[in-house]
Amino acid sequence: MDKKHLEISDVSIEFPTPSGPFKALDSINLNINEGEFVSLIGHSGCGKSTVLNIVAGLYQATTGGVILDGKEVNEPGPDRAVVFQNHSLLPWLTAYENVELAVKQVFKGKKSKEEMKDWIEHNLNLVHMDHAMDKRPSEISGGMKQRVGIARALAMEPKVLLMDEPFGALDALTRAHMQDSLIEIQARLNNTVIMITHDVDEAVLLSDRIVMMTNGPAATIGEILDVNLPIPRNRVELADDENYNHIRAQVLKFLYERQRNPDAAA
Amino acid sequence: MNSRVISMMESKIMTKLLSLSVFKNFDWDIFFKQAIYKLGVPFIAILLFLVIWGAVASQIQTSLGAVPGPAKVWEQTRTLYQEHVEERKKELAFYERQEKRNAAKLAKDPDAKVKIRDYTGKPTFFDQIGTSVFTVMTGFIVASLIAIPIGIISGLSSLIYNAINPLIQIFKPVSPLAWLPIVTIIVSAVYITNDPMFSKSFITSAITVTLCSLWPTIINTTVGVSTIDKDLLNVSRVLRLNWFTHVVKIVLPSSVPMMFAGLRVSLGIGWMVLIAAEMLAQNPGLGKFVWDEFQNGSSNSLARIMVAVFAIGIIGYLLDLIMLILQRSVSWDKSAVIR
Repeated sequence: MDKKHLEISDVSIEFPTPSGPFKALDSINLNINEGEFVSLIGHSGCGKSTVLNIVAGLYQATTGGVILDGKEVNEPGPDRAVVFQNHSLLPWLTAYENVELAVKQVFKGKKSKEEMKDWIEHNLNLVHMDHAMDKRPSEISGGMKQRVGIARALAMEPKVLLMDEPFGALDALTRAHMQDSLIEIQARLNNTVIMITHDVDEAVLLSDRIVMMTNGPAATIGEILDVNLPIPRNRVELADDENYNHIRAQVLKFLYERQRNPDAAA
Repeated sequence: MNSRVISMMESKIMTKLLSLSVFKNFDWDIFFKQAIYKLGVPFIAILLFLVIWGAVASQIQTSLGAVPGPAKVWEQTRTLYQEHVEERKKELAFYERQEKRNAAKLAKDPDAKVKIRDYTGKPTFFDQIGTSVFTVMTGFIVASLIAIPIGIISGLSSLIYNAINPLIQIFKPVSPLAWLPIVTIIVSAVYITNDPMFSKSFITSAITVTLCSLWPTIINTTVGVSTIDKDLLNVSRVLRLNWFTHVVKIVLPSSVPMMFAGLRVSLGIGWMVLIAAEMLAQNPGLGKFVWDEFQNGSSNSLARIMVAVFAIGIIGYLLDLIMLILQRSVSWDKSAVIR
């Protein structure tokens, strides 16, 4: 495959502050192939989310740019669906209606009413939320909300699925469940995914490649690690896997030796 | 598993169910405590208020006699109701007489022109209540229809917000009574028809209510719209919702709580202002009733004014209650405490 799917080339961004411009990201270069699962990992405040927001089109890069399937990204769109950290479901709509809003927007004129209904139910089914379709976000747990958020993003059939610390706000057990679900979904759909995380195990478990970012300001990519573990992966089997532990150790070394936590250093 | 074990299990389940049942476990103690707390405490407070009022009132002598106590006010309430009933009887009799006369006229000469004259009796206390409530609702609805769109637009666009904010800030603190002369003169100059659907006084009062109940709704709606969760706005951007869908699906629902807070304040202010405006402008309504009684100065006047005071208070409370029920029915967050 010669043609690149998603190309992030020489992206830098500066934010205006009262004391002059603040350079958050400096020359980020990253190519992502179709069907690849890439994790961005780094300490908080290093600009991981900023990278994601630039790909999403929510922020505009100061220099450089993002090319998706040969087209430059300069505004948000459903071909780059985002799963936000705190679900961002519309609280006045049920799970079904939240997904419906996205489906109606993306498939208007392309799917019939019946097809849309099937598609919404299919996606809620995929995240195992078909039993609570008519519940509002306030009536379901945090993990369930995040599932609906993922269903909404998947239902848009995005070219790239962007996930901004999707499980960051969940407790450890729920997070493990969600990761397993994501492995299952990924095995079926083989989406192109960029996921932001600060959880080393999550990154190793889910990704094909792990992109490790240096600390800001002017953060950039420190190292890229290929995760050559067979898929689908199983967390229990991997616990004893030498290769897994080696990769894990490499990420940990990067994060805690080469890029000391800025909060800890201060 | 043999049948004996099953039946034993069944009976166990039954005892369990019985012990859970509402009848056995209903805590009458808690029920009574709640009843006393929710009903008894306000009852005692009101009783205390009436006793103190009665005691203090009889001590104050005015040019119209002693300040009336609760008993006198209650008596006047009944009198006012009686007057209302009698006025209605008179009205009915008037129309019956008129009909008979017209029928007789027509019997004599089928081509005769018959006129139907309106009854011109004095409006009763209850008529005045009706007028006031209708006026305040009209003014309030007109104000809301103007204020909500303005609030939404100025919440969405900081340009428009910056443009209209100074105007809002300047007009908001103006007592609507200051507007009243301007409104009266403009209405009498502009509203000229041969067959007016509404009386001028009604329009003047309604516009005055509108003018003062615009501001809280505009301000609250603006705040509600401009403080929508940023994540939800990002969802809207990612989905590329068009302007209309964005407003209907995201902006309106999330600003409903703030909007209703504004609407409730608006209606409350509108009601207070209307009474004052009616007193000042001698426009029909409860305010005019109060002013007429004040001018009348009979020994019953003070008690009758107090009846009006209570009526104004109770109606104000009911109007707020209606808004509260509306707010609850449209609010998506059923867990939120709305008072």
